[in-house]
Amino acid sequence: MAKMVSLTIDGQPITVPAGTLVVNAAKQIGIDIPVFCYHPKMEPVGMCRQCLVEVGRPMIDRATGQVVMEGDKPKISFGPKLETACTTPVSEGMLVLSQSDKAKASQKEILEFLLTSHPLDCPVCDKGGECPLQNLTMEHASPQSRFLFDEKHHAEKHVPLGDLIWLDRERCIQCARCIRFQDEIAGEPVLAFYQRGRNTDIITNSEPGFDSVFSGNTTDICPVGALTTADFRFGARPWEMKAAASICAQCPVGCNLTFNTRREAKSGGKVVIKRVMPRQNEAVNEIWMCDKGRFAYHFTENANRLAEPLVRKNGKLAAASWTESLLAVSKAFSAAKKNSVILTSGRLSNEDLFNLKQLADGLGGEALLYTHMGGGELTTSFGISYPQGIPAGTNFSGMGKETTILVVASDLYNEAPLWFLRLKQAAERGATLIIANARETKLECYSKFAIRYSYGDEAETVSGLTKKNKIGEAITGAENLVVLYGTDGLGLDGSAAVAAACAELVKGRLGKPKNGLIGVWPRANDQGAWELGFQPVDNLARLLKGKTVYVVAADPAGDDPKLEAVLKGAKFVVVQELFLTETAKLAEVVLPAQAYTEREGSFTSGERRVQRFYPALPPRGETRADFAIIAAIAKELGLELEGRSASLVMDKLAASVKTFAGITYRKLAETNEQWPIVGRHDLYYGGTTYENKQGLGVQLALNAPAPIPSISVEFHRPDEDHWLAVPVTRLYDRGITVSTSELLRAHIGEATVLLHPETAKKLGVAAGGQVNVNGFRAEVRLDATVPASVALLPRSMGFPINAPAVAELKKA
Amino acid sequence: MLAEKYPEEVKKIFAKYPPEQKRSAVMPLLYLAQRDEGFVTKAALEDIAQMLDITSTDVAEIVGFYTLYHDEKAGKYRMQVCTDLPCALRGADKFLEELCGNLGVKVGETTPDGMVTVEAVMCLAGCDKAPMFQIQSPDGIAYHENMTVDKTMELVAALRKSGKEV
Amino acid sequence: MAHLLLRHRDIPDIGKMDVYKKNGGFEAFKKAVTRMKPQEVTEAVKASGLRGRGGAGFPTGVKWGFIPKDIWPHYVVANADESEPGTFKDREIMESNPFQFLEGVAIAAYATGANAAYIYLRGEFWPVAAILDEKIADMEKAGFLGDKLFGTDFSLRIYTHLGAGAYICGEETALLESIEGKRGLPRIRPPFPAIYGLYGKPTVVNNVETLTNVPLIIEKGSDWYKSLGTADSAGVKIFSLSGRVNQPGNYELPFGTTFRELIYNYGGGIIDGRPIKAIMAAGASSTMIVADDNALDTPMDYASVRTLGADLGSASVIVIDDTISLEWVISKTLHFFKHESCGKCTPCREGTYWLLHLIERIEHGEATKENVELLHTVAKQIQNKCLCPLGEFSTMAVTTAIERFPADFKPSRAGGKHG
Repeated sequence: MAKMVSLTIDGQPITVPAGTLVVNAAKQIGIDIPVFCYHPKMEPVGMCRQCLVEVGRPMIDRATGQVVMEGDKPKISFGPKLETACTTPVSEGMLVLSQSDKAKASQKEILEFLLTSHPLDCPVCDKGGECPLQNLTMEHASPQSRFLFDEKHHAEKHVPLGDLIWLDRERCIQCARCIRFQDEIAGEPVLAFYQRGRNTDIITNSEPGFDSVFSGNTTDICPVGALTTADFRFGARPWEMKAAASICAQCPVGCNLTFNTRREAKSGGKVVIKRVMPRQNEAVNEIWMCDKGRFAYHFTENANRLAEPLVRKNGKLAAASWTESLLAVSKAFSAAKKNSVILTSGRLSNEDLFNLKQLADGLGGEALLYTHMGGGELTTSFGISYPQGIPAGTNFSGMGKETTILVVASDLYNEAPLWFLRLKQAAERGATLIIANARETKLECYSKFAIRYSYGDEAETVSGLTKKNKIGEAITGAENLVVLYGTDGLGLDGSAAVAAACAELVKGRLGKPKNGLIGVWPRANDQGAWELGFQPVDNLARLLKGKTVYVVAADPAGDDPKLEAVLKGAKFVVVQELFLTETAKLAEVVLPAQAYTEREGSFTSGERRVQRFYPALPPRGETRADFAIIAAIAKELGLELEGRSASLVMDKLAASVKTFAGITYRKLAETNEQWPIVGRHDLYYGGTTYENKQGLGVQLALNAPAPIPSISVEFHRPDEDHWLAVPVTRLYDRGITVSTSELLRAHIGEATVLLHPETAKKLGVAAGGQVNVNGFRAEVRLDATVPASVALLPRSMGFPINAPAVAELKKA
Repeated sequence: MLAEKYPEEVKKIFAKYPPEQKRSAVMPLLYLAQRDEGFVTKAALEDIAQMLDITSTDVAEIVGFYTLYHDEKAGKYRMQVCTDLPCALRGADKFLEELCGNLGVKVGETTPDGMVTVEAVMCLAGCDKAPMFQIQSPDGIAYHENMTVDKTMELVAALRKSGKEV
Repeated sequence: MAHLLLRHRDIPDIGKMDVYKKNGGFEAFKKAVTRMKPQEVTEAVKASGLRGRGGAGFPTGVKWGFIPKDIWPHYVVANADESEPGTFKDREIMESNPFQFLEGVAIAAYATGANAAYIYLRGEFWPVAAILDEKIADMEKAGFLGDKLFGTDFSLRIYTHLGAGAYICGEETALLESIEGKRGLPRIRPPFPAIYGLYGKPTVVNNVETLTNVPLIIEKGSDWYKSLGTADSAGVKIFSLSGRVNQPGNYELPFGTTFRELIYNYGGGIIDGRPIKAIMAAGASSTMIVADDNALDTPMDYASVRTLGADLGSASVIVIDDTISLEWVISKTLHFFKHESCGKCTPCREGTYWLLHLIERIEHGEATKENVELLHTVAKQIQNKCLCPLGEFSTMAVTTAIERFPADFKPSRAGGKHG
């Protein structure tokens, strides 16, 4: 139990744990001490001096060491200088004055100093309207400056820090928040100060500039308009925009975000999304986001979105009515019955997936999950959970010294960036981080133990971790154990085998918070798909042959020519999609779905937290919500499915799926006080992240324990003349969300194969040279972390690789 | 690069600091890197960053903070004349003005033959021997005190002739 | 009296190992390591009344006493950054009597339990560092540095580290940041270096001159040392005299010597016999002393100088005569502080820039009452808000020059600039 300290701030008494900073103690009783450089998530530096306050302490007699009394109260002595509230911890009997004449004069004077060379950019500065400097100037500063305009220090105003962030050096007030965020939180020190005194400027020397997937966060915490995103720059004024709470759809972390929208003439009178801002959820993403989530949202507004149903007539797809298309679909399913296959992915919401499963069950057909990652049914039985819902819940914030976190076959920086951040912080708090991978990944430098295995030996390695050694002790002897597994170099079978081996490690810890198995899924709601009963199959092609196939939110034909061929030979193909994908192009009927930004729904994150998203945009054209379309099809087939609203579907879902029991949309919308306080009138404190008033989500209960399958994986090791080609995940790939983002497209790069320099030498290729990998041409990139005789091929970059395979590599 | 070019010196540098505090070596390594061209090249930044396991941005910020590290090429000999208060009280400003006139450059500029850059700097702890200056060259720093313009022009001539300092 | 610190002035070759040894060199170090406990050494320095010679005047023995016994390792760092304008005493010590200084470092290390000591020299002292490296090698050869010295368990190594041109690195926490390979920005205090210093470990940072006094104290005793100087300022001080005097230079004199004696007896008086106008006792960080008889007859010790509304600081005495306008002097000091401000905290970063612009305007014909008042106001506005003393001291000369020499800030100013 922490020692408690009592003090008085502006006449108000408060008792807080020892070590609390004065600025935070004040915040807790509603006293807002102005700050710029201080941020509650970072170490205080006392640089800007805006938080200078009068601090008085009980006088101690030098000789006796006793407190000097004045009547019945201790005599308070104030120091000659003001002290910064952000660097001063509370002490017993302290008296703080933040509103005295002296303190107010100081606040005014520091602002006058900051404004001397700050440019009069407000009319053209993006930050205007949500600018801490503006707000504090209005509150505390003098309306007149005594500085001469002509003597203002000038600096460069349009400095690109990389291609995502712009820097205006004149506006910078040298608070160093951006530098400290990159150093302390992101662990990527790619920003720094250059020169000194009034000439101090922000620079970045990395190639490319500002090389960090967390760069966008600096624009939230920058207290002025010095750092702005290329995405939103000159886009709109904050007060013109509406805010819609939502969840990021890019990866299984499930970062809470806010879409800011505006109806504008520029877009023909349409309501468009102007930007994405993080929304606070301390249990999931705290107040941060990664750049992919921040900038890859444009796909929902892309001009190529399907607007109306299409039916194939005379060999060509033509616009049709809903009635006509639903009829055609229901006829096909009616005939097919148990010869129907429903193929879908974790792109859909829980509600959509539930209705799909119901339909599949009603037809007696297959409910297949389109994915390259297996093992999900184990995460429903051995996953993390916490029986009592909010405010508790197992999440990385609570993990420290007593927790061991094991990451197997996952490059978190590329697969789930916010988990990279959260695990790094957990390790810094004392958690024992163990990283097992065939190659070095970015998180490894924060690990206590790094295990290196060869591709193909993953499951065996995991099983061997209970040996009696330091690592084994850290795993079996830990009070808490969380295991994450991914698909670095793994396919469906391989990952399923790894999941089984990982489940063995945690199986004795079921139901305990901070314990369990987490899948680093490729898609946002894969966890939901597994929870709702979808399963992948080994030989998808075989199962699709000659069937009536309902493909929802998946593009197998676009990913793999083999699947394209099979689907061409299927009996009947219905595709429900956002775009006219390759699969849609060969369908009989194409049904246009709403993007998740245009409707309600919920996703289940990899940490098994169900979170709601709210509509940000009005629906386009004839599109309908997936769950509604499915319900309409079901109706034609005589099946009663809920299709009126997402919340009603959730009610049905919660009533029939045990792990979701008790979840309602109202419950999902519950929030509670989070710390630090962000997004209120004191923007200078936490930054412009949005306060979360729309729901913190609910974590699922555990499924009944299931037997852990034993999975044998066919793994072929290459002979001397061949190589092992393994799939890895890149954050920026050719997926639709990234390729439709103008800003991020430049980060996709060429289709590359990563080779160890020795391997490249053997093949006679240099960096930038071309090789043929099983017939596919790719550009060579050298990477010394790639094991010898292995070629790393990023997924979704043009060649269909979903599992490790023996490959022929030849210089092209 | 530096480790191959000056192996003994690099070893001696690292030996000064605890092995887990490699970063301390950045300042002496930057002086080594300046030996070739009189300034720190981008390649040198990368090289030092790799040696110390830090980013090249981390190294760049050191170059930017301290006045004796340079990020641009200038004259081979940087003649840094103190014009701070104590020297100025004994004629340093006039000395600098006349010197620049004789060399045909303005303060901060380099002579056309690329040999001498004249800079005005802060106190060099030679206040009792004003006017004075130091010459920073790739090899290091040398003081020249109790100077006159004539003596300085002789020095410059010698530097131009032999490429060595007197 | 024979020199105690600038001993080369009496014994020219004392910078050579054999000469230094012949003159009692390293006896104090040997005595400390073989016959005294570390705590006893610290007590001796405490009792001697030795105060820091870098400008702050903090009791040295008390500083050593702050080193905790439960956090290891410990470090001693010698501050040889000497960048305060008008200061050139440490340079002379290191160039000409280096062994006494190094011996002081060694004794300090023994007293505080440090096995490694760093000497942080300003980058411009490149040749001085070369000298010290040579002398350190000499000490190693002679068995005064290395492992198990004098047959005891005590090991010590001394290293030089060059700065690269930043006055702020003379501030002890910025100095430590610089050794650590970071930008030389001061740290917030508390914690102080004695608890959290170099690499986060307990560290003592002392000025070169301070350390050079230590062998004397151990050799000749605290009582002897205390008998020199005045009641509140024990010992001898090297006064760096510069400016408008005939004989500028370092003068080692006991505390209590008056300004008059320093400037006229030792400094040869003012150039061309002109009347003296002002004294800056602490280099550019000074408050202006009006050089009247009262001031001239004031003894130079920490307490007495304070009666003049000034600080003795590092005793870098810059003398100004009637040919000089204080407004020109201020333009020089403000240029210095603006150049050297590290930029970390707002009042200093923005304030020194603003002050410089104001004084330049005043210098170039706009010496209006409003501008001068604003200059004073802005300087006052910087005070008591800064993260470190640089910002605070940048304002001292400005405010006192305006207050005590108002005539110099009128268009018809008294005195001009010097070329």
